[in-house]
Amino acid sequence: MSTMRSLSFDAIIIGGGGAGLRAALELAKSGKKTAVLSKVFPTRSHTVSAQGGITCAIASADPNDDWRWHMYDTVKGGDYIADQDASEYMCSEGPKAVFELEHMGLPFSRFDNGRIYQRPFGGQSKDFGKGGQAARTCAAADRTGHALLHTLYQNNLKNNTTFLNEWYAVDLVKNANGDVVGCIAMDIETGEVVHVKSKATVMATGGAGRIFASTTNALINTGDGIGMALRAGFPMQDMEMWQFHPTGIYGAGTLVTEGCRGEGGYLVNKDGERFMERYAPNAKDLAGRDVVARSMVMEILEGRGCGEKADHVFLKLDHLGEDVLGKRLPGIVELSKTFAHVDPAKEPIPVVPTCHYMMGGIPTNVHGQAIMQKPDGSDQIVNGLFACGEAACVSVHGANRLGGNSLLDLVVFGRAAGMFIESALNEGIEYLDASESDVAAAMQRITRWNESEGGETVPDLKRELQDIMQTSFGVFREEENMVEGVKRLEELRERIANAYLPDKSNTFNTARVEALELDNLMEVAEATAIAALERKESRGAHSRYDYPDRDDVNWLKHSLYFPAEKRLGKRDVNFAPKTVDMFEPKVRTY
Amino acid sequence: MSKLQVSLYRYNPETDSAPYMQEFQVDTQGRDLMVLDVLHLAKEQDNGLAYRRSCREGVCGSDGMNMNGKNGLACITPLSEVVKGNKLTLRPLPGLPVIRDLVVDMGLFYQQYERIQPYLQNDEPAPAIERLQSPEERDKLDGLYECILCACCSTACPSFWWNPDKFVGPAGLLQSYRFLADSRDMATSERLAELEDPFSVFRCRGIMNCVAVCPKGLNPTRAIGKIREMLLANAT
Repeated sequence: MSTMRSLSFDAIIIGGGGAGLRAALELAKSGKKTAVLSKVFPTRSHTVSAQGGITCAIASADPNDDWRWHMYDTVKGGDYIADQDASEYMCSEGPKAVFELEHMGLPFSRFDNGRIYQRPFGGQSKDFGKGGQAARTCAAADRTGHALLHTLYQNNLKNNTTFLNEWYAVDLVKNANGDVVGCIAMDIETGEVVHVKSKATVMATGGAGRIFASTTNALINTGDGIGMALRAGFPMQDMEMWQFHPTGIYGAGTLVTEGCRGEGGYLVNKDGERFMERYAPNAKDLAGRDVVARSMVMEILEGRGCGEKADHVFLKLDHLGEDVLGKRLPGIVELSKTFAHVDPAKEPIPVVPTCHYMMGGIPTNVHGQAIMQKPDGSDQIVNGLFACGEAACVSVHGANRLGGNSLLDLVVFGRAAGMFIESALNEGIEYLDASESDVAAAMQRITRWNESEGGETVPDLKRELQDIMQTSFGVFREEENMVEGVKRLEELRERIANAYLPDKSNTFNTARVEALELDNLMEVAEATAIAALERKESRGAHSRYDYPDRDDVNWLKHSLYFPAEKRLGKRDVNFAPKTVDMFEPKVRTY
Repeated sequence: MSKLQVSLYRYNPETDSAPYMQEFQVDTQGRDLMVLDVLHLAKEQDNGLAYRRSCREGVCGSDGMNMNGKNGLACITPLSEVVKGNKLTLRPLPGLPVIRDLVVDMGLFYQQYERIQPYLQNDEPAPAIERLQSPEERDKLDGLYECILCACCSTACPSFWWNPDKFVGPAGLLQSYRFLADSRDMATSERLAELEDPFSVFRCRGIMNCVAVCPKGLNPTRAIGKIREMLLANAT
């Protein structure tokens, strides 16, 4: 233990996706000693898979567009548990952050007047829902995430950011006062385990869609930041809120952007009926994602699904013509051919709702500071811990995220966290050093795997976890099934605690990384399961057969999951934006 | 019975004095799996098998490797496209040092990428909104910006094998041209000056392996041709 090497930074950013790279860029420019620690080379992060665009009122498609309309859509889309101060911050700061990306070189598609191309996306309106469909999603064809991530990586190179690429963060290190003062991390290439000390630790570790068997998420989306924070005893917010994207390719799970419907595509059932007209007469296929996903499942459950097993529906694009497909949706044409074996210019794409996004996460304020709760229910800042991007729950997505808002979330709050940390460092941060026993506590888990001598192996346990989540915590939920799911997870936790890592080698040991990831999947799954069971209403993405209605009396609240007691508490939603009147909760229709 | 014969390049520096090929029998149940799925199945037989992977949909560029002699991405290559006579041979990308099994040290590849200053350079004060760019100007970036840095092209290039420290290679040059072609970039002459030696660009012999293997259908050779033209125009 005493021979373990240590590294010291002013700030360490865990995760090299959009949020992490945007935070890092801010800090690199400030000259603070910063490093990005990422388990993959940064451009392999899941931001790269984002397709349709970044939603923001830059007033390009419509010169009269207004960020307040975007804020209204965001709050309504989140079924009124998105924090209104955070939504206000994101939507009003958004244009600045998007123009910065363009200035950095992001190759946005363009309108004839040379401005950034914007397309319609789901849940978008003009004039606070009264002015019809808006076109607010800024796009680089259907490769916006790729273009954004590469641009941010390139600008970090330009500003000499320090990268610890292919390093895996294992656990947080807390000092005697409970402040976060760094982490334990492993250099994957050599297997060396290092104590990384820092005054600010930023969780930009992304989502955890791999808790489900069917997901649009990359294989690396294992909720590492959530797992680390839960093991360190910090609460998680709104973990029951998982978005099922309407259009994952049937069988493969790969994403087909909502931009397809934004460009004029629509869903049909086995009779060729455009069924969304029945469920959302106004917005139709561009209703909120939760609404569209539920409608698709209803069609399938009522026997109108497509294919031999009647277990999916079709996304029709052929009427758009090869020009639009080639110009606006070239990546979708590629993906459809590869994973669905159809050419969307000729045939519809078979699609099914697929786990896509974690609305919940580490609760933070708009500066990215992690929050826990005092006994009297008020907020308390966690010293030293920050979060941004999908790992965080600011919350701007509430119970259902709008399409295109995740990329905006990344850059706005990555930037905000970077700016806040810079000024905090300027004012001076001093925390007590971690003691040897503090470090030993953070080493426990990796030591356990390294000393394991027999037991069940990782792939089987992971499959079982994914099966439980898929079976009991999918698009529609109900008590009995979830109780069973929680019970199976409890039992699985015991088995994972005794599981076996056969390969103990040091050099690029991906089996060890997958074992460590499994612990994180377990933490995320259990938090999700307990929160889903305890939230006794239906709101946004959380739909229960046994509690089909929204219950604003009891549940116009964030849920807060406390890992030590496995208890679900509540936290107030913010209804106090600074510059506009708050939006009163209304019945949500599209 | 009809199991796929998979021959995998294995090397763990901790235990192996030299690399070797190991044979696996993988039960595909007759499905036309992607090569990456086959690797997952092989890893269940041998936990120690190492390879990189992330998005599993051909956009992150993690799983470039050599499949039956041709570079490509394992996650978007169906068996029907590469398997011959029920046999699949998987090797690491050629020309880069092997760390373990199918994992190569990408250091030299990334160095060449960084060398071309892969970021927009424009010192004029930015406007309050975006910089304008016409659709025609933006069209010039198509076929360039989509690069995923998988290294399939550069590691298929004999000129890069020979001079990986001096020849930028197809991936780096494609990105170099991506910025040369961008109407918003102001560093054209500086960029060209950096490339004006016998190696950086001119080691390209037009072999076009890069074009043959690019999993995104990009054409580095054409981009290199454009850079040559710009260099020659500059010289006269």
